[in-house]
Amino acid sequence: MLDPDSGLSLTIARIVQRLKGSSLHSQLERQARVSLHKPEIKLESLKEDIKDFLKTSGWEKKLQNAVYSHLSVFPSPCHPAAPPEHMKEPLAYMRKAQGSWEKRILKSLNSMCTELGIPLAQKRPASEQKELLNKWNEMGTDEPDLSLFRPVYAPKDFLEVLMNLRNPNYENGDQPSFRNHLGLIQVPLKVKDIPELKEDFTELGLNIGQLGIDDSAQVPPEFFENEHVRVGQKVLAEQDSAAAQQYVRQGCPTALRADLWALILNISNQPEDILYYEQLKSNVIQHNLLVDSLIYKDVKLTASNDDYYFVFEDYLYQVLLCFSRDTSVLEHFTYSSATPPKSYIRGKLGMEEYAVFYPPNGVIPFHGFSMYVAPLCFLYHEPSKLYQIFREMYVRFFFRLHSISSHPSGIVSLCLLFETLLQTHLPQLFYHLREIGAQPLRISFKWMVRAFSGYLATDQLLLLWDRILGYNSLEILAVLAAAVFAFRAVNLMEVTSLAAAEAVLADLSTLKVMPLLQIFLFATVT
Amino acid sequence: MAGKVKWVTDIEKSVLINNFEKRGWIQVAENEDWNFYWMSVQTIRNVFSVETGYRLSDDQIVNHFPNHYELTRKDLMVKNIKRYRKELEKEGSPLAEKDENGKYIYLDFVPVTFMLPADYNLFVEEFRKNPSSTWIMKPCGKAQGKGIFLINKLSQIKKWSRDSKTSSFVSQSSKEAYVISLYINNPLLIGGKKFDLRLYVLVSTYRPLRCYMYKLGFCRFCTVKYTPSTSELDNMFVHLTNVAIQKHGDDYNHIHGGKWTVSNLRLYLESTRGKEVTNKLFDEIHWIIVQSLKAVAPVMNNDKHCFECYGYDIIIDDKLKPWLIEVNASPSLTSSTANDRILKYNLINDTLNIAVPNGEIPDCKWNKSPPKEVLGNYEVLYDEEMAQSDGPDRDLRSRPGQSTGAKGNRAKDSGKPVLTTWK
Repeated sequence: MLDPDSGLSLTIARIVQRLKGSSLHSQLERQARVSLHKPEIKLESLKEDIKDFLKTSGWEKKLQNAVYSHLSVFPSPCHPAAPPEHMKEPLAYMRKAQGSWEKRILKSLNSMCTELGIPLAQKRPASEQKELLNKWNEMGTDEPDLSLFRPVYAPKDFLEVLMNLRNPNYENGDQPSFRNHLGLIQVPLKVKDIPELKEDFTELGLNIGQLGIDDSAQVPPEFFENEHVRVGQKVLAEQDSAAAQQYVRQGCPTALRADLWALILNISNQPEDILYYEQLKSNVIQHNLLVDSLIYKDVKLTASNDDYYFVFEDYLYQVLLCFSRDTSVLEHFTYSSATPPKSYIRGKLGMEEYAVFYPPNGVIPFHGFSMYVAPLCFLYHEPSKLYQIFREMYVRFFFRLHSISSHPSGIVSLCLLFETLLQTHLPQLFYHLREIGAQPLRISFKWMVRAFSGYLATDQLLLLWDRILGYNSLEILAVLAAAVFAFRAVNLMEVTSLAAAEAVLADLSTLKVMPLLQIFLFATVT
Repeated sequence: MAGKVKWVTDIEKSVLINNFEKRGWIQVAENEDWNFYWMSVQTIRNVFSVETGYRLSDDQIVNHFPNHYELTRKDLMVKNIKRYRKELEKEGSPLAEKDENGKYIYLDFVPVTFMLPADYNLFVEEFRKNPSSTWIMKPCGKAQGKGIFLINKLSQIKKWSRDSKTSSFVSQSSKEAYVISLYINNPLLIGGKKFDLRLYVLVSTYRPLRCYMYKLGFCRFCTVKYTPSTSELDNMFVHLTNVAIQKHGDDYNHIHGGKWTVSNLRLYLESTRGKEVTNKLFDEIHWIIVQSLKAVAPVMNNDKHCFECYGYDIIIDDKLKPWLIEVNASPSLTSSTANDRILKYNLINDTLNIAVPNGEIPDCKWNKSPPKEVLGNYEVLYDEEMAQSDGPDRDLRSRPGQSTGAKGNRAKDSGKPVLTTWK
């Protein structure tokens, strides 16, 4: 183990190093220099006076938020002697599994390329560039023939991979016994039990005011709401990320959500951010990527047909096409178990010096990927801001939902948490479904991979994502998935096939997220 | 228990028939004794025409008012609203207050409209004030977007008038009359797309006025990106949101049908624009609906055998001001999607629960004030009797004619009194 002191200094050193290259650093420097002309800055107390100035002018808060944001994104450092890949994923068999999964995806992508005779990337002819620029705001009206394209993979392909994960150092035994995990996930990872979850999600308790609960017995909901809005406005006025994160655990008032999320994610949509987005846009205009067709296809298959999100089809292209070109996304691979796929300049196959990441952001979209963006369209109508919020949500959370890792928010842990919760608290239901060949995870997996986007009504989904941001964790997804099964337990006990079980759980759009979570975590005898 | 309701309809829609059958009502032919007739507007014209002289008895109910066209024909609606405004102005009502530009502050909710050919000169005068404006021409007697086109030059209207004169219809009967309205060229766009609102309003009596608003209205989106550019004037998919029109567009989606619920709209507006302006918008929408009904109430034949479910079409502009475009007497009962079918089934169900209490044989003398429990997804929008019994001192504090119903809802919705917004 690392002793706490050296761990802390390591963290500090790393944050300082990262911030040094940031625009915040140069802004702070400039502000400090400008302040020298102010009468209240005295030569004899220069250092203290400048510190005071930065505090009162709000720059200190910005620095705090940047540090806080860094702390929530990057994992705490490993032992200095640990190899760098441990920061990505400490377990060797997980790294290996992720590696071979990536190979499969890339192979499938390459074979599609060969089959269709389409290059991975090519420069658009000038006429096409002009045309694309003209219809940037209405790409949805385009109907390219995408019948030959197919999503590289869908959640159920990924589930098959996770089911076959094994820890080579762990003797499972082929004979099922009462000690075995009866679910689909067969790797031993530590997941939380209900008492631990209660501890983690204290603010969701029955005695605490919640947005998303209409009939709280404790306080009249209107009284709580008005008070909560007032506090929320105060948090926004203070511009304090940490306070905002604590605040959203009880839910965001609709009218404050966009600003609170931006504050937590430390997104301020500065002129340079808008410029950066415009740069990505021009990259899209200049080059045509094969993944563009995959993005088109995905939007057409998912969001375009969705009762809630079809309206935003064009925004989804504007975000996702730019995302695929954004090389700043590559940075998240330092702490993700995934590794960006490489491609080689034509004729230079296998020569490392001619290798480039493909797509430039290193993320190959899969079936349903656009649903990570869709709900955000309800909050932000400026494409550049929408884009930044999505990118930050992705590099903080969503990447964990489609990569193999042992992280508590990683999809493997979520699956195991879900199965363990069901198996422990609803053993009869779990056993029944298993017996009829309707393993619960087969139904709930897609919900979790999409963070429930496209399954819940949007207002409920946003209340759920409030808690993801508030707790900086995706574990709530597994808890909700289990709570949905608990809620429908009576009907599920009556079904006799996977199809029937799926039918019972086909429509989640009428569910109220917060009561389900509360009842499951706090009102069930454990 | 009295006998079963005997029903007739000349609109073969499953959402109607399923609802009648669910109640155990008995289908009869038109020439037999019936208690309940859900009829098209053509039929209602015959039923109440002087020639047939048909007299409805106390146990008969129909789904239209005899002269509903005072509200649902574009030209007459505008005429009635203009008259209503003038009357209020004459009375010195505070509602008829005008701003420094001479525009009504509270009653300017219909785009500037003229009848053609009757008001041609007035139109030209208005057009010249603002020659870059776009106008929309609609035939008075047609629905579902038929015969509609846009113009932005006087020469176009001259050409139209020449063409229609040289066509075989020489006489200018009222059927060929058009209304020309200023086109709302700054509509609120969501996801870059234009939309309008379809809201359902049930009127059970005009004098006293009692009306209900259906909570589950929806937005209808154009499938094509909105562009105010005049080069797209001919592409009606850009401008018209009628499902009947949009269905012919290539991009029409049969899963959602381009329809978005009002609750989605509210969530979006509250998230992106804030709660206060969103509440204000919805209050204003309720306000213009009540005002339009008040405008026609004095001329409406308040036949006690009648109720009517209207489809209100409203466009919101980018300053979040709602505009009343038109009112339909026979909102479409065709279901374009699965959700649509559920919505329309429930709409008819809730309508019948109010119009035909308990599904029993109607008695048109009943007081038409159903208990809250049967309202379903309707909420009381305005109840003249209740508003008046509230006493005059309340009218002094708030604006006159304010609905008690809306007040009750508002208190429940936002915990704020309505007084702050209905202005």
